[in-house]
Amino acid sequence: AAAESSDSDEDLVSYGSALQPLQEGERIKKPVPLQEQTVKDAKGRYQRFHGAFTGGFSAGYFNTVGTKEGWTPSAFVSSRQKRADRTILGPEDFMDEEDLSEFGIAPKDITTTEDFASKAKDRIKEKARQIAGVVAPIPGTTAFDDLIGPSKTTVGFELLRKMGWREGQGIGPRVKRKPCRQKPDPAVKIYGCALPSGLSQGSEDEEDEYQPENVTFAPKDVMPVDLTPKENVHGLGYKGLDPSQALFGVSGREHLNLFTGGSEETSNLLGDLRHSKGRKLGITGQAFGVGALEEEDDDIYATDTPSKYDTVLKDEEPGDGLYGWTAPKQYKSKKRPEREFKYVGKILDGFSLASKSSAPIKIYPPPSLPRNYRPVHYFRPVIIAGNENCHLQKALEESTGKIESNPTQQSRHALNAAQRRKQLGETELKGPAPSVLEYLSEKDRERLKETKQASEQQMKAKPVSQQSRNSRFQPASPENAAHKWQMLLGGQLANAGSSDFKPFAKNPEKQKRYENFVKSLKQGEKDTLERFLDPNMTEWERGREQEEFFRAAMFYRSSNSTLSSRFTRAKYEDDVDKVEVPRDQENDTDDKETAVKMKMFGKLTRDKFEWHPDKLLCKRFNVRDPYPDSSVVGLPKVKRDKYSVFNFLTMPEPTTSVTQGTNEKIQESNSLNKPKKPSRWDVSDKEKKKKDSISEFISLARSKADVQQQPPVPATEECGTGTSEILPTLVANEDKNLEEESGRPPMDLFKAIFVSSSDEKSSSAEEESDEEQQPSTSERESETTKQVDVPGSSSSNVQESATATTDSGISLLPASKEELDATEEFGPKLPPAFSAGRFCKHLELSFPGSSRKEKHRKIRERHKTKKEHKHKKEKKKKHKKQKNRGKHKNKKSEKDSSSNTTDSSDSLSDTDTTGMSPKELLRR
Amino acid sequence: MAFPRPRPARPELPRQRVQTLQCGQGAVRAARFNADGNYCLTCGSDKTLKLWNPHKGTALRTYQGHGYEVLDAAGSSDNSQICSGGADKSVALWDVTTGQVVRKYRGHAGKVNCVQFNEEGTVIVSGSIDSTVRCWDCRSRRPDPIQVLDEAKDGISSVKLSAYEILTGSVDGRVRRYDLRVGELCSDYIGSPITSVCFSKDGQCVLAASLDSTLRLLDKDTGELLGEYTGHRSTTYRLDCVLNEQDTHVGCASEDGHVYFWDLVEGSLALSLPVGQGVVQSLAFHPRLPCLLVATQGQVTLWREDTFQPEGDPD
Repeated sequence: AAAESSDSDEDLVSYGSALQPLQEGERIKKPVPLQEQTVKDAKGRYQRFHGAFTGGFSAGYFNTVGTKEGWTPSAFVSSRQKRADRTILGPEDFMDEEDLSEFGIAPKDITTTEDFASKAKDRIKEKARQIAGVVAPIPGTTAFDDLIGPSKTTVGFELLRKMGWREGQGIGPRVKRKPCRQKPDPAVKIYGCALPSGLSQGSEDEEDEYQPENVTFAPKDVMPVDLTPKENVHGLGYKGLDPSQALFGVSGREHLNLFTGGSEETSNLLGDLRHSKGRKLGITGQAFGVGALEEEDDDIYATDTPSKYDTVLKDEEPGDGLYGWTAPKQYKSKKRPEREFKYVGKILDGFSLASKSSAPIKIYPPPSLPRNYRPVHYFRPVIIAGNENCHLQKALEESTGKIESNPTQQSRHALNAAQRRKQLGETELKGPAPSVLEYLSEKDRERLKETKQASEQQMKAKPVSQQSRNSRFQPASPENAAHKWQMLLGGQLANAGSSDFKPFAKNPEKQKRYENFVKSLKQGEKDTLERFLDPNMTEWERGREQEEFFRAAMFYRSSNSTLSSRFTRAKYEDDVDKVEVPRDQENDTDDKETAVKMKMFGKLTRDKFEWHPDKLLCKRFNVRDPYPDSSVVGLPKVKRDKYSVFNFLTMPEPTTSVTQGTNEKIQESNSLNKPKKPSRWDVSDKEKKKKDSISEFISLARSKADVQQQPPVPATEECGTGTSEILPTLVANEDKNLEEESGRPPMDLFKAIFVSSSDEKSSSAEEESDEEQQPSTSERESETTKQVDVPGSSSSNVQESATATTDSGISLLPASKEELDATEEFGPKLPPAFSAGRFCKHLELSFPGSSRKEKHRKIRERHKTKKEHKHKKEKKKKHKKQKNRGKHKNKKSEKDSSSNTTDSSDSLSDTDTTGMSPKELLRR
Repeated sequence: MAFPRPRPARPELPRQRVQTLQCGQGAVRAARFNADGNYCLTCGSDKTLKLWNPHKGTALRTYQGHGYEVLDAAGSSDNSQICSGGADKSVALWDVTTGQVVRKYRGHAGKVNCVQFNEEGTVIVSGSIDSTVRCWDCRSRRPDPIQVLDEAKDGISSVKLSAYEILTGSVDGRVRRYDLRVGELCSDYIGSPITSVCFSKDGQCVLAASLDSTLRLLDKDTGELLGEYTGHRSTTYRLDCVLNEQDTHVGCASEDGHVYFWDLVEGSLALSLPVGQGVVQSLAFHPRLPCLLVATQGQVTLWREDTFQPEGDPD
């Protein structure tokens, strides 16, 4: 609007382009916000910026293969019709056109890659240059070189390149040459102009040297004269250590040549493959320079390689034996190689001849080739050792004189490993035990050897004709076959029958026949099988079995011989007759009993064993493992014979108690069919009275004293005194019994001999008892009454007493009896839950002393007849019980022993009731 | 023989009944204090386990999950877990708060008579009438015990643990002490079937109750007899023995319905506590207070010293 208005005014100056005049009623367009601005590519497609750091544009539809309308496989063609020409799509099929253009990610146009570009950038060298810049006396000088140096190549270079020249090549027409000639030895300095090609190569080019016809090489590059002025104060020709060499190690050269001048260029002639081939980085060589105090140094810039050191001890050089490498100088200098050459030219003023020349480079000449050698390989026709060529091969072998003299040689597939090994001349496998024989005892081995020899002799005696017949393949007669097999099995058969290889274990008769067969086969009998075969069998069956036996024998042999070398001898014998027994056992129960009786606790009653806790247990208890390097857990075990009597002799059984106990029972329960075995818990009142005279005496005396001393608990006191009173008669009684049966060994001894397995069925017994232990008041009552009935008495009498109580009006369930039986076997009973006031009553009733006890027993015996009836009723349960008892027989004798002790100690405790004089009590 | 002087201040013994818990779970097979003595566990023959505050007389929780009667229980020292063993041959590990069985360890061939936690509650040691002691791992999920101590010739009636020892009393009449630190098993022959064993608080002595109605105090290191305590009756049942909180007295349950206490040094009977009519089944002494827990005839009673005022909160 402003422009229009200013048209008239000429002196107005307008800047910029005028805006489009607004239409009437049109609103001013809002500027497009930044997020809505779009970018389009050359084809008008939108391009979305993809993110600040990921760069570039998104591809496809939000980076998917889909479109706005969803994914449609645009190129879908039914494969039914066009099955044949299904094209394999490459990545290019999914690219945009611009990707394939010159600057795309996959340019289709052929461009010069970096490798073929004129100035191939040597990255390592570039880096070396940078490092050199840093390391150089004035850091950063190379930066100036970059500044000064031409950034672009000259026109001459460009022209040469256009003409096909490459950097590093010489200029001139391409020549026919040996390729290796092109690269001059970088170590050889070339000064001045290059020799004319004809002169330098004519002599070397031998006429018979093979050369490809159509291969030409670019001419050798000529080293220009180095005309760099000396601007530093280094020695003449000195050049600082080239980082490219120092850092990237020139392996071929032993000497870091600092004086090569233009060697940099020469080594680059062919792009210097050595450098570009990922060389190991790192500084090699010694320090940079020689210390002032160092007298001399052969080559201060030498790289230190292991090859420079002597690896073998050599003889001292002839001469002075007195000095070795520490020889004084005059001796040493003598040994300098005579190869010293003299400088013949004039020596400039101020210069002197070097006293020491640099170590000459050792040149390894290439291997001299035969004159007619041509570096082209011909494929000569080779005779393939196959079936069709066997004649030819044989002819060849014959000619070489290596033919096998054995015409009956089997094909190589028929050989087994051992035979092949023999043919190949390999040594036998060195297994730990190559033969089964080693496992046998000396005697067995000898016997085997004898039989083997016998069989061999028989073999030798066989007529040759038979042998020849064997080679023929025809249905052999059994005799023949046997012989054949014998031949096959050879000496190794000797082992066959001797071991536990039982192929026909299922059929013992057959196995027996087989064993016989093998045995006789070993001994070289011919008609073996005929004899051993079952005469009832048919011909066909016999034939079959015979074959079977042969196969079995064969199988055993082969596996035996090949496998024996693969196995090692077992570290521990798994002898079934042995059983692991704790090394230490608690023993001498008898001694301990007496010790306990004498109250001599301490060393006599204590057993100490080495015990290994589990590692995890130690960890859980936060305790250091006492045996960190032992794998034993628990008590250390030793192997013993399973059925050895000695396993049980460690725990001496007091035989007397057993017999005594049983006797007692027999006496007591005449009406009962089976004598009841007392358990450990049978602390019967009669047993109690049996004690050795000393303790008896002591207890007697004590009890008397106690009675006088203080008022004890009445019940126990009564009991105690009563016991002591009736002692003598009873003891006499016991003694009689003792004499009768003392000759019988304990049951365990028999078990050790005749019974094999351990009894582990106690759990089932317990289950029964568990079942019965459901609380029921009546049961409990009966239980308690019974307990009270016989004070301090055994649980073996429990049954009787229980029945006794039933008489007194309380109904006794069969279950309770079971329960009692079960508990008596296993340990301290659980106390009854509810003992009513009856307890006291019974206490008074049944605690009267010994005289009443006698009566009580009579009553009990009377009741036993009733009990018998009951037993019949509960036959089944009773049966169970008996079983249980049988199971626990093993434990029984043990229990007896301890019950024996309890008796005696019981008597003690019973008699001397609560109040003992502290003097006696406190034994320290 | 010179006697040590009687102590100036005689320790109190529990003589006064302050609480009676009617458990209602059949026979109470065991009553046990927890680690600090504030709570107690009762094991019933009706397959349940109950947690109580015995000082207040309140039942807190019932734990059900055993197949048969529960024979022993123990609480871990952090009070978070309970282990129990029962006649169902299994050892159960309970979570105290949820009341659920965390784990059940099966492997015993018989009733599990006694269970104990180690100090950290990482191992349960259980003794069974199958004559083995089994150490179960509570940390890992392995179902088999860490170690089985099968040296006993007969059932295990009692197991106690110290920081580095396992003390077992067996029916074969031996007290065995497995010392993990030294790697040694000490077996002391007592002769009579052992019903209960316990360590003294100082860890120097071992108290063993046996079925010959005798308690014996043995020196732990040498096995020598330090004291013998008789007067009670224990011939048939598995009854507990205890030491009081100061190691001055020795207590034992009896079949005649009393609990007996003897002076540890003198061996004289100090107290005969008439608890009830029936057999005193289980006994537990408070770890710090003169406070006794007695289980008899299906009920549990708590006994305190004479000077104790029931009104005042014990702890």
